Amino acid sequence: MLSLENITNAVHEWLNATLNPNLALLSEFLIVGVLAIALFAVLGLSLVLMERKVAAFIQIRLGPNRVGPFGMFQTVADTLKLIMKEGLTPDGADKFLFNLAPYIVMIAAMMLLAPIAFAKGFQIWDINIGVLFLTAVSSISVIGILMAGWASNNKYSLLGAMRSGAQIVSYELSAGLSIITIVILTGSLQISDIINAQANGWWIFKGHIPVLISFVIFIIAVTAETNRAPFDLAEAESELTAGFHTEYSGMKFALFFLAEYINIFIACAIGATLFLGGWMPFHIGHWEAFNHIMDFIPSSFWFIGKTFFLIFLMMWFRWTFPRLRIDQLLNLEWKYLLPISLVNLLVVALMAVMGWYF
Amino acid sequence: MFEELGTTAEGDMLINIGPQHPATHGVLHLVMTLNGETIKKTEPHLGYIHRSIEKMCESLTYRQFVYVTSRMDYLSSHINNHGCSLAVEKAMQIEVPERAQVIRVIMDELTRIASHELWWGAMAMDLGAFTPFFYSFRERETITDIMEETCGARLTMNYICPGGVMMDLHPDFQKRVKSFISLFKSKFDEYNELVTGNIIFQNRMKGVGVLSKEDAISYGCTGPTARGSGVSSDIRKLYPYEVYSKVQFDEVLETGGDSFSRYMVRINEMLQSIKIIEQLIDNIPEGEFQAKTKAVLKLPKGEFYQRVETARGELGIYIVSEGGTTPHRIKFRSPGFSNLSALGHMVKGSKIGDLVATMGTLDLVIPDIDR
Amino acid sequence: MNNEELKLKLSEQYPTATFEEGGEWVNMFLEPASFITSALELKNHPDFHFDYLFCLTCVDWKTHLNMVYHLTSTKHRHAMVLKVKLDCNKPEIETVCNIWRTAEFHEREVYELFGVNFLNHPDLRKLLLTDDFVGFPLRKDFEDPINMIRL
Repeated sequence: MLSLENITNAVHEWLNATLNPNLALLSEFLIVGVLAIALFAVLGLSLVLMERKVAAFIQIRLGPNRVGPFGMFQTVADTLKLIMKEGLTPDGADKFLFNLAPYIVMIAAMMLLAPIAFAKGFQIWDINIGVLFLTAVSSISVIGILMAGWASNNKYSLLGAMRSGAQIVSYELSAGLSIITIVILTGSLQISDIINAQANGWWIFKGHIPVLISFVIFIIAVTAETNRAPFDLAEAESELTAGFHTEYSGMKFALFFLAEYINIFIACAIGATLFLGGWMPFHIGHWEAFNHIMDFIPSSFWFIGKTFFLIFLMMWFRWTFPRLRIDQLLNLEWKYLLPISLVNLLVVALMAVMGWYF
Repeated sequence: MFEELGTTAEGDMLINIGPQHPATHGVLHLVMTLNGETIKKTEPHLGYIHRSIEKMCESLTYRQFVYVTSRMDYLSSHINNHGCSLAVEKAMQIEVPERAQVIRVIMDELTRIASHELWWGAMAMDLGAFTPFFYSFRERETITDIMEETCGARLTMNYICPGGVMMDLHPDFQKRVKSFISLFKSKFDEYNELVTGNIIFQNRMKGVGVLSKEDAISYGCTGPTARGSGVSSDIRKLYPYEVYSKVQFDEVLETGGDSFSRYMVRINEMLQSIKIIEQLIDNIPEGEFQAKTKAVLKLPKGEFYQRVETARGELGIYIVSEGGTTPHRIKFRSPGFSNLSALGHMVKGSKIGDLVATMGTLDLVIPDIDR
Repeated sequence: MNNEELKLKLSEQYPTATFEEGGEWVNMFLEPASFITSALELKNHPDFHFDYLFCLTCVDWKTHLNMVYHLTSTKHRHAMVLKVKLDCNKPEIETVCNIWRTAEFHEREVYELFGVNFLNHPDLRKLLLTDDFVGFPLRKDFEDPINMIRL
């Protein structure tokens, strides 16, 4: 059976057998780097296509269907166009920061890939503070956005960046608190431990209503953190034309665009890992036959399936809801989500201490 | 130095919304003074598509000038044509055949629905919801198809002319209008489910861009903008023309004065228009579709004023004639012009997001404002 | 009030005003000097209550300019036309935008298209035309050989 764990182990053993350990480690770095960049390209292309198809489905139209079968190469064509476009830097912009900003956003998104477990035993870096690493690194991207808005020398960009700053900083609290509920239940920050703790049931089923609440809060908060509608105030094209990336064009714009989709993927991957059991298959109690069939589906399919389900959910939000206003957005966080998550955290802590979960 | 930075001496930020901006739906230019996100002052700059239609009309005959008016408020071009034709007919005392009158009113109401459909989609898009646009265009498309069949055009129809209408109805007209009515009624609930009942939408609209009744009158607001503030201003009810006095319909009034009231007025107005069409569509009398008129119309000396209710409010056509074949002076009192003048008052002290919500419910059509 | 009653009432109230026959509504001519006080009174007088200015424009009669104010009452539902004759060479009139705020935009339009100077207007600038536009396009003597407005 196709198992990514076996493949990685085989590659690891073969490299160590043929090369000395240092060289083997170096070549493993190289392979991981190439794979990460390839994953980026594939994710970017497929998620953009998926978004367009989902939007078309919701909006009673067909979506891209001319370039390639089912319009599959439409995003490739778009990327080619963006690469060939001139990357303009406006007069009066802070050139260094202006050009640096998209890379910061991109690098922050790339670093987040490290602790994510894509399948059983298929993880770049199983660091013991995995969840902490994720929350810490994900807040770096706001610096890139603020930088882009400030350096553009454009008031629309500045307004967008300020909105985005206020929004990401506030919503990180809720996202962090809802992640902590799982950390409390598991007792570990390590991603592999969290997944293994869900071998006998996903947290969303095991953790009763409090975990369900924190899951909902998590989804709302990461939607806001990734600047997706209905929280896309940083872009808000009907108010601020394009928000913080108004002045960007060509590949620099594409990097922002790509980073947005990578961030969505990562946010949904974290959600799938923490609440939906990562690559763990779906098991029901003692139904041995059913569980066996579920085990037969490769773990990578489980992970990708759960992640894309959450991504679909976020796309569904985007094409259904109108946008919030900036004060309503902050009210929602500080007056509703934050108190609820704090109380919820206490309840979960009580639950964990008393062992009131399956 | 302050000009260079685009700030005022108090440190407020000056920002140009438009002339090219997604929320202005045209080439409206607003210079805003912002303190953070709070609007301190809004100053509209108009005229980016000013074509001096009033001057143009001074050298056109009374048959010709009707067609220019289609280009003013292009979303209710039937109603513009209708108003001009009525003004000429009133001056020349032309008796319009009953059939033409009914056709005109049906066309007016179809135009009104089409215009409100477009407004609904565009306004939702202003608020960040993209999907409603496609839903409203699905139904609007049927109306434009019906128009195309009978009038030969989809936007600037030029169908109504002094004396009646240009040509008789398409044989399928009644059947297609009826199928449109049943389609619209089945889809109308979707509109409310998707947008009206949405909690985010209601929060964005309620208490935003409040226009009191006194201000609405003082600013000369008309149409749904005035009716949202509780000012009874439906020309079809107050000064009925053609067969409007014979049909049953309600003037939609809301008293909130905020964006949500204006929204509800427009949404419910679509139902009233459907009600009017339903009463008339089976009762189109037989007969001539055009009165016998001379090829060249000569208006008697005098002044003539005709008001009609377009989708945006009251359109006034003021003709000053010296007895020739061309008018001495024509003034089009466009609804958008007066409604826009209230915008600065309505959005003062609110956020940029509210500006978009307010402007969306004013339903501005820029060629109508600039003329 | 119907037109006859209104006309009678108006002629009692404004003995100096002259009336013009014809048209749908009562046409009343006022002198520019007494215009602004009369306009204020027309709005506030309980019998008239002309609170709604639905059209403000100007007509060029070559010898003089006519300011035309279409007024109606949202309470009594009667309408009238108020007219003021202005000198062609130095057209000046008091603004009415303190009485009816819709006049602010309409007067700016008349100012640029006819060259009528509105005294005490809060913000008298060009509205539709560009700032460097010369001439008053809606006057009868306006000719522009480059931008042919006349068809």
